[in-house]
Amino acid sequence: MTNKNTIAAKLDVDVIRKDFPILKRKVNGQSLVYLDNAATSQTPQQVIDAIVDYYQNYNANIHRGVHSLSQEATDAYETAREKIRAHFNIGKRHEVIFTSGTTHAINLVASGFTHFLKEGDEILVSALEHHSNIVPWQMLCERTGAKLRVIPMTMNGELKMEEYHRLLSERTKLVFCNHVSNALGTINPIEGIIGAAHKVGAAVLIDGAQAAAHIKSDLQKLDVDFYTVSAHKMCGPTGVGILYGKEKWLNKLPPYQGGGEMIAEVTFEKTTYANLPHKFEAGTPNICGGIAFGAALDYMNTIGFEAISEYEDALVDYATEQLLAIDGLKIYGTAKHKTSVVSFNIEDIHPYDIGTILDKMGIAVRTGHHCAQPIMDFYQIPGTVRASFSFYNTMEEVDKLVEAVKKAKSMLL
Amino acid sequence: MTIQEIQEEIVDEFSMFEDWMQRYEYMIELGKSLPLIDGQYKTEDHIIKGCQSKVWVHAEMKDDKVVFTADSDAIITKGIIAILIRVFSNQKPQDVINASTDFIDEIGLKEHLSPTRANGLVSMIKQLKLYAVAYQAQLN
Repeated sequence: MTNKNTIAAKLDVDVIRKDFPILKRKVNGQSLVYLDNAATSQTPQQVIDAIVDYYQNYNANIHRGVHSLSQEATDAYETAREKIRAHFNIGKRHEVIFTSGTTHAINLVASGFTHFLKEGDEILVSALEHHSNIVPWQMLCERTGAKLRVIPMTMNGELKMEEYHRLLSERTKLVFCNHVSNALGTINPIEGIIGAAHKVGAAVLIDGAQAAAHIKSDLQKLDVDFYTVSAHKMCGPTGVGILYGKEKWLNKLPPYQGGGEMIAEVTFEKTTYANLPHKFEAGTPNICGGIAFGAALDYMNTIGFEAISEYEDALVDYATEQLLAIDGLKIYGTAKHKTSVVSFNIEDIHPYDIGTILDKMGIAVRTGHHCAQPIMDFYQIPGTVRASFSFYNTMEEVDKLVEAVKKAKSMLL
Repeated sequence: MTIQEIQEEIVDEFSMFEDWMQRYEYMIELGKSLPLIDGQYKTEDHIIKGCQSKVWVHAEMKDDKVVFTADSDAIITKGIIAILIRVFSNQKPQDVINASTDFIDEIGLKEHLSPTRANGLVSMIKQLKLYAVAYQAQLN
């Protein structure tokens, strides 16, 4: 049994909760219990303040103005880039490309690889992917004649690594896998995936969208070629994220979008492109978003990722234990290494019905296929109820979830 | 009964409930009692697009009236369909086409539905009316 009281030592959740104004609100007359953190995390006051400060004090376009405000905004934006570099231990600051989020970052790479692939080449993707991670590669295959091959998964929701090794060959040009599965919470063994891919000369893109809020990754040590992150999954605002790419790859990839900022010189005959990172940052970026992303990293690092993951592990262990005590409840995704996600169904009840009743009780969960239909097809289910926990959730909220699920079950069966 | 009368009856029934819980319990009961669609019609062709849970609807003409049967894999959705079928089934196509749907707001159904369910509700009503339009065109 997990002891509810022994794990809070490193992290004072009562203090942390005060930083999140939204946690005070009522939903359907009930205190909000927010358990949809894998979809988007909530925003602490410190990040909200950074956003307000930007618009109140130094809102200006960056990298081009002669005036002071523009310089201040540029400094703040580039400071944020530096914070991101340092957080992920990225070698060079210009290897951090600001994007609108993970989807944009993946599309940027997929678009660039059009030039490097030909018929007969292969792209490997994991069976655990989000739609945003499948469709760009399918489109890339259509453009180039390359073939998409899938690394299969086990019933536990783990990748079959022996199958992965079997699929790898000199035809493999790119391997794509998420660091953590959004639907099941599985933490994939990316060190092994990256190492094996490099042995056959393939590049590796790891989608860190679900991982970055829980695991502080050292990207140089991982030796990954590309890594993507969305700020809104880790206490930052929506509409901003990064693509990390090794310098050699970013130099090779052609620009993704044309526009201002990404050029060195333009005549009607020829344009030469700007250096990294600006080559991939056409147009006015989400300046405020980038700055707020930096503030979000500051906030999370102040609490500390070790304390965060330890606390979240305790939450998910407790939730798993309590939920499994409900008769007929089945959890999908029981990998040995997983983040704080519990994806479940109750026998003979549709996940939407459970989600609807939970919402009435103030509990926010995600229901449906979680944009990962292939995983749902694998388990032959229409979807699941997914509760995903963050460091600001409490054991009492887990209890409320469990009580609400019991209530929903008694109403629906 | 006319569509209008049935709608008033439903509004009356829902006005007796004190909270959302009772409303949902009632809708779940309605869902459980929904006459099921014939198995042969539970195909892709009969699925209503725009609903996040699966909804199948079949329509046929009996005498001069259009008869709807339906099913869903989610029970609350089934309850909603049961209400719609009670209102629109066994009515003349022209009456279905002309019917107002204000009763949905009056029973507070929309505000108690998640946005995805509310969209699904709109799709369902649209589909029922489309069937009625098709049958009316045959009659003309």
